[in-house]
Amino acid sequence: MEAGAGNGPLLDAVQVSKIFGGLVAVDSVDFSIPERSIVSIIGPNGAGKTTFFNTLTGLYRPTSGRVFFGGDDISRARPDQIVAKGVARTFQNIRLFGTMSAVENVLVGQHARTKAGVIRSILRTPGVRREEREAREKAVELLRYVGLKERAFHEISTNLAYGDQRRLEIARALASDPKLLLLDEPTAGMNPQESAQLTDFMRKLRDERGTTILLIEHDMKVVMGVSERITVLDHGEKIAEGEPQEVRNNPRVVEAYLGKQG
Amino acid sequence: MSAADGMRETVRDLEKSRFFSGNFLIAVVLLVIAAILPFFFDALGSELDTMVWATAYVVFALGLNIVVGFAGLLDLGYVAFYAVGAYAIGYFASDHFNKVNGGKGIHIGASSFAADQGIHLNFILILVIAMSMAALAGLVIGLPTLRLRGDYIAIVTLAFGEIAQNVAQNGDHISISGYKLSAGQQAISPIDEPNLPIYGVFNSALNLQPYYYLGLALVVLTLLVSFALRESRIGRAWIAVREDEVAASSMGVPLVRTKMLAYGIGAAIGGAAGAFLGAYNQAINSNQFPFSFSILVLAMIILGGLGSIWGTVLGAVILAFVDRYLLDKVRDVPHDVFNLDFSTAEINFGIFGFILVLLMVARPEGLLPERRRKMELTEGVGTDESLFEARA
Repeated sequence: MEAGAGNGPLLDAVQVSKIFGGLVAVDSVDFSIPERSIVSIIGPNGAGKTTFFNTLTGLYRPTSGRVFFGGDDISRARPDQIVAKGVARTFQNIRLFGTMSAVENVLVGQHARTKAGVIRSILRTPGVRREEREAREKAVELLRYVGLKERAFHEISTNLAYGDQRRLEIARALASDPKLLLLDEPTAGMNPQESAQLTDFMRKLRDERGTTILLIEHDMKVVMGVSERITVLDHGEKIAEGEPQEVRNNPRVVEAYLGKQG
Repeated sequence: MSAADGMRETVRDLEKSRFFSGNFLIAVVLLVIAAILPFFFDALGSELDTMVWATAYVVFALGLNIVVGFAGLLDLGYVAFYAVGAYAIGYFASDHFNKVNGGKGIHIGASSFAADQGIHLNFILILVIAMSMAALAGLVIGLPTLRLRGDYIAIVTLAFGEIAQNVAQNGDHISISGYKLSAGQQAISPIDEPNLPIYGVFNSALNLQPYYYLGLALVVLTLLVSFALRESRIGRAWIAVREDEVAASSMGVPLVRTKMLAYGIGAAIGGAAGAFLGAYNQAINSNQFPFSFSILVLAMIILGGLGSIWGTVLGAVILAFVDRYLLDKVRDVPHDVFNLDFSTAEINFGIFGFILVLLMVARPEGLLPERRRKMELTEGVGTDESLFEARA
């Protein structure tokens, strides 16, 4: 842990824009995440939240502006390079490796933290065997940590219950030992009880592992309950930012969600 | 039982689950059968000849299976690596470079050659060179190609396969410091017979068995490589890339590098099989590398079950038998029985195509399907819709 790596933000996006053809999906957004915080991005459908997420994780390159993580410019880095630096994510529409077991999914998540190359894998050297064993132990440990039942560990991921798939996706993301975890609508499709569990889990994750969390979320109960800071996007622009209480009462936010009133 | 014990147990179960287990027993039985089989046949007969070809085809198919089956990269130009491997042995086990060393030639670990001139290296050395050259060719082809996705890879590799044959064809008009790039249809010939430690020099005029056992050894090595890689970190990354590139790269798998590894390893294996077949054929002729070769090897994998190692072996053995033996035995049936004006050899690809059509109707996942592929077919898992920007 590089605690005390300065008081600067863990992630800092400066004037980030993403333009598809004529559509400005993200418009000059300034955004930063303090270390060990839980922050949320909210906004109506089509506000550019997921596009912004994809820009931070390297799936999209920002059209202009820059993204810094831990002081390094990652604006033009590939997704796998960004993972190696310590950013992991989940997807709004779950994207597990469907034919792999839960454990195997988490093993893929460790790709950036393991080393076995081709030659050593073919020869199955003691080093490779040890790495493989440790990776599997870590996978099992992570699956327990996110609360997956033991019997689900070797189940093919498509056969898992919906909530378990969400849990598995988080375990897979945690497998790369991220400093920053990005969750894209993690409670979508969950019942209130499951959402509450997930809220607790996020706090636990931050408190026990020191993981910083960025959340995109529609469930206002979750957002207001867990976030220390909220950023509101609308039509790609940042229209508000602050603590939950401030954002809730911001007229522009109310307008974005409910429409302009008389 | 403590939690730690439970954990250890879970992990041990996991380790037991695949690598050897059932495979090991099947492998030993099959290997014993394969090893005693030649004694039932004539040492120079067409049966043994077919078996030698079958070993070469199995190696080719296992190599292509890593590219297409494991990593999901549809390569339609695999013949290019056959050509590279074959020309590697053509260059380094013949009198092709007849003026080197003042006409006295260079000889390393080789003892049987028609003429002193030229470069004559030991077969094992050539195998290493062939694999390196093919892997290098794989990287050269792969670097621009593997940035593409799906069907585009198929089209571009198809073109590279054609380029390879055309270069071989016209290489006799290209000279580099006095030596032709290839001998085109004239063929580089004769090729030295392998000279292996323990056994000594092969002699295909007297006995084909040594070639068969050499081929079988290559098959075993390739099988070990396939199994080890499939259960490794790299193998999992290939499956991840095959299923969902976006998720794979977002989990830290470098896409181009991972695909290049599959392509390079597949190429190296193809190069090894190419060198072996070159030695066995005793000549490197440009018409040995038609586009249809790529398709034949691909058909073997599809017949057996994409991604399935044992399926690939089975598919390769079956099509090798049909292609090299069966069609020859029934060559005149269309003419004699049906009074038609062609032989079965002329319609072999029609027959392969028919076999594949039957397969697609009756058993689309192949004869010995891999669990994952079967799921992908039956449950529609792992289809990859993309939100990706094309990027390296």
